[in-house]
Amino acid sequence: MKEFEPKIIAFLCHWCSYAGADLAGISRIQYPPNIRIIRVPCSTRVNPLYIFKALQNGADGVLVSGCHPGDCHYLSGNLVARRKFALLKNFLSDIGIEPERVQFSWVSASEGERFARIVEKVTADIKKLGPARKLVKSDF
Amino acid sequence: MVPSWQERTCESVGVKTEEIEKQLRKAAERLLREKKVDLFIGYGPSTVPGRTSPVFITDPKDAEKLIWNEFCSINLANYLPRYFGGDLNNRKSSLPNVGLAAKGCDGRAAVVLINENQVPRQNLYIVGISCEGMAELINGKPEKLENCRECSYPAPPVYDELIGDKKISPGKTPRFKRIEEFRKKPVEKRWEYFQREMSKCIRCYACRQVCPTCYCRECFTEETRPRWQGVSSEVSEVIYYHLGRLFHQAGRCVDCGSCSRACPVGIDLRLFLQGLAKDVKDLYDYEAGLALDQSPPLAVFKPDDLQGFITEP
Repeated sequence: MKEFEPKIIAFLCHWCSYAGADLAGISRIQYPPNIRIIRVPCSTRVNPLYIFKALQNGADGVLVSGCHPGDCHYLSGNLVARRKFALLKNFLSDIGIEPERVQFSWVSASEGERFARIVEKVTADIKKLGPARKLVKSDF
Repeated sequence: MVPSWQERTCESVGVKTEEIEKQLRKAAERLLREKKVDLFIGYGPSTVPGRTSPVFITDPKDAEKLIWNEFCSINLANYLPRYFGGDLNNRKSSLPNVGLAAKGCDGRAAVVLINENQVPRQNLYIVGISCEGMAELINGKPEKLENCRECSYPAPPVYDELIGDKKISPGKTPRFKRIEEFRKKPVEKRWEYFQREMSKCIRCYACRQVCPTCYCRECFTEETRPRWQGVSSEVSEVIYYHLGRLFHQAGRCVDCGSCSRACPVGIDLRLFLQGLAKDVKDLYDYEAGLALDQSPPLAVFKPDDLQGFITEP
């Protein structure tokens, strides 16, 4: 019986987190291959509707990663996003989605190792929870 | 001619209806006669027991149609955006002046609409009414509405004239008690409750239609590029609609309870909206509709906003 391998959608901001992930790749840092990366210009670009859609279409987890506060390429995108994500996290927890399924992080472009460790942590968290069934819509 | 079941009887709610009704009719008649407003929106009798209907009065003589009793629960601010459509900067001169009979929740909803540039302040005349709580008929008996029992702001915070006592006492039940209790439950129990409520939904969209802050010309549910919302009655699609709508109310919902009341199958929407309102209040010290020129909480930021939720390796 194969071990459960979660599918995690990762929304990475182009200027920091995506570059950090790229650095992790170039440095040949090993990390779990469960994430599917979607590059966005800024973490604020991530509409909560995308996260609901990811969970609806079968993602076991979602990771949204942006620049550190103060370092946003667009100056304040991640600061506005921070509020949105805080409310979203509590809202999902209220309706009964396990809080570890949707996670947010700050990763800068030079933090390849940190990115790998965050992905490790998120993958481990979601593996423990098992496949996501709650919001999934049927295929037919 | 007011039907007998709507006459001033409700001792259990304690609403002093006669005096308020008299003053409201006088105010509406005066405003229309002096042409301070072109249209006055208030409550009139309904054909259904325990309900009122909205009335839209343009003639001062029709001010007699206005009523006030313990069943005036619908949120009249819902009707405001339609009179002010279009580019506000170019069409200010042709916009009507609208008078509104506003309880606390109606007044707060009007303030949210003004802050979001849907209604110009100078075209709106708010006749505020200190509300002692509204009721609905349950098994023929009037019962005070749940959101009125928990109401923190029974008088509208912004008004042009006020009928009733400005210092009216808020509702007795603590407002966030139910959501605090709910959050103590384990995750699976919360999901079970949410899923059970959602499985009742028939996607009539009454909740969205009756909500004063749901005024988008194209709602995300009708958007086809991209297509967010499927049309099937599958529970997953139903939940998606509610997740979208409820999250869009974060920091904007004034807890008037219209959505829960309009729902034909009785879904407990207020609980999840209260969760969002509680977080906005605790995290960002903001409550919707309390003052003009308030910046929406999700459009601004503070450098020291809490970020304990951020994942660290």
